[in-house]
Amino acid sequence: MNPRVLTQADQIAIVTRRRLSDKVFRAILIFGGTTSFFVLLAIFLYLVQRSAPVLREFGLGFATNSIWYSGDGFPASQGSSDPANFGLFPMAYGTLLVALIAMVIAVPISVMLALGISYYMPKRVSAAVTFIVDLAASIPSVVFGLWGLFILVPHARYWAQLLNRYLDWIPIFDVTFPSFDQSPFVAGLVLALMITPIVTSISREIFSQTPLELIQGAYALGATRAAMIRNIVLPFGRGGVVGGAMLGLGRAMGETVAVFFVLQLFYDQTNWFRILESQGGNVASLIVARYGEATEFELAGLFGAGLVLFILTLGANLVASSIISRTTKKKRVSKK
Amino acid sequence: MSNNSPEREEVSIPAISVDRSASLGSSAQEALNDQGAPVAQHGAREMEAQNLHIWFGNNLVLEKVDLVFPANTVTALIGPSGCGKSTFIRTLNRMHELIPTAALAGKVLLDGRDIYSPDVDVTQIRLKVGMVFQKPNPFPAMSIRDNVLSGLRLAKLPAGDKESLVEECLTRAGLWTEVKDRLSEPALALSGGQQQRLCIARALAVKPEVLLMDEPCSALDPGSTLKIEDTISYLSDSITIIIVTHNMQQAARVSDYTAFFLAQYGEPGRVVEHTTTSQIFSRPKDPRTESYITGKFG
Ligand SMILES: Nc1ncnc2c1ncn2[C@@H]1O[C@H](COP(=O)(O)OP(=O)(O)OP(=O)(O)O)[C@@H](O)[C@H]1O
Ligand SMILES: [Mg+2]
Repeated sequence: MNPRVLTQADQIAIVTRRRLSDKVFRAILIFGGTTSFFVLLAIFLYLVQRSAPVLREFGLGFATNSIWYSGDGFPASQGSSDPANFGLFPMAYGTLLVALIAMVIAVPISVMLALGISYYMPKRVSAAVTFIVDLAASIPSVVFGLWGLFILVPHARYWAQLLNRYLDWIPIFDVTFPSFDQSPFVAGLVLALMITPIVTSISREIFSQTPLELIQGAYALGATRAAMIRNIVLPFGRGGVVGGAMLGLGRAMGETVAVFFVLQLFYDQTNWFRILESQGGNVASLIVARYGEATEFELAGLFGAGLVLFILTLGANLVASSIISRTTKKKRVSKK
Repeated sequence: MSNNSPEREEVSIPAISVDRSASLGSSAQEALNDQGAPVAQHGAREMEAQNLHIWFGNNLVLEKVDLVFPANTVTALIGPSGCGKSTFIRTLNRMHELIPTAALAGKVLLDGRDIYSPDVDVTQIRLKVGMVFQKPNPFPAMSIRDNVLSGLRLAKLPAGDKESLVEECLTRAGLWTEVKDRLSEPALALSGGQQQRLCIARALAVKPEVLLMDEPCSALDPGSTLKIEDTISYLSDSITIIIVTHNMQQAARVSDYTAFFLAQYGEPGRVVEHTTTSQIFSRPKDPRTESYITGKFG
């Protein structure tokens, strides 16, 4: 029999039978993967449910208005004569501002420290520093926050004065009341201290995975160490550093206690950019500040604040992962 | 391991014919000593290892290596695995010292000057002595063009006319016609053989005097291998090439001189024989060389 020419209709279905162990493992993985998603969803729904009274009362204004007033504890819609009024904007904006300051301080320091560990320090020193940094990254960040609070903040006041004295022609270093305490700058500094270990640790890990053959290839072309790092290590590690920075950002935005002690909250005014002014906002600190004496309606407001923080953090992470995927895709496609 | 027959006959190895014997006379006439090995003239583009000993930690892996690589010639380094060929070649452009335990004694001369003398700038040495690795290693984040130019960027050299430099280097590496319409594509879009020729072009862009190649074809198909051998023959008109290879035919095809390295059990590696390629493949002096190139061990 002469075999005929085959067509698509003859394509066979390729079946790979799964072993039992594969099936079990797969089930565990799927369970694990979906669980974390459902936990996230459950938290979100819980926050929405608990904050429903204020969301219904103020709608989108809850996120865009600038006021935090408890009044007699009841909203206007329940016929209160001294109605409570909640608008979170200065707090939400302040959270982002403080986190941004923390990143601007922490990321360059972390990247330089990580490069130093990987490429500049003598072997013994770098092993010791790696150990310390990894250890520091595993310590709860609040420990650093408290240390920063007591040791760093007194100095930060002096640095802030210096910045203001010499750079006040740059609007962000200008102040209206020169007290220099409890400013977004100080809060950002404390946060930077808290996230530096984790960002350093992740960056170092990424840098250490730069393929040796690329490093050798660069050296063989007469590269200096600095040129090798700029052209080989940094492009290779960029995505990972952004990821580490975003992990740090997540921590920075959610941090409560440390910021609560070092930032003056202004509920009804937004400090847009004067980072040395004793005036700022922070959602997490707001929750700490108000939780103790909150009435039931205000408590709903605080849950709403939690919801906003949740969304902000999630948003920051989405932005981060899109940055990572864009920069890695760039490597493959954009040079077309 | 050594040849059993006490009376050794003249061997001829029919499978291996030497192509390059004719070209020896055509390049500048090299002086040969009575062993047939080249004699140092301390001129431009000449490399020389003098009494070189190489260690990893306390482990002496190469002992008393004396080799001369005359200008504009191709020298093949052959020998069984682990005898120290890669280690040796890496001392010629100071890549050896990147390994923490590495140490050496003796001298390596380029243009008659010791490249390990304290006043020498290591990056300058690596610019003059280029290297092509066993596995093609183009920079993945860069396009084909940027890979060719990467040496200029890494060593902060002034780039003149970039486009003509790219064309010149790719042409000399035998890759230009294949990639001239896709210079801005990522380097990883090339086949393995093309990547290796790109790495050669990249090494040529900084205008080296000497090119080291450590098994440049071992990951490549026969077609790509032949292309790279053509490239080597072509390049040897203007630069000195030192190539490590496990392929005897390749050594015979591309090289003017051949050095045979051997590390006998428990001993450091040594150069057993160093002479013209035609001689080593037709009348090897040492029985161990003969058994190695006829495939009896290694
Ligand atoms: N980084 C290193 N640390 C310690 N010893 C090493 C190192 N690299 C190589 N050696 C040792 O040095 C000797 C020579 O190794 P080398 O890689 O130079 O051999 P080779 O001739 O290139 O072998 P092959 O043909 O398999 O590539 C070997 O005994 C090897 O174990
Ligand atoms: Mg080798």
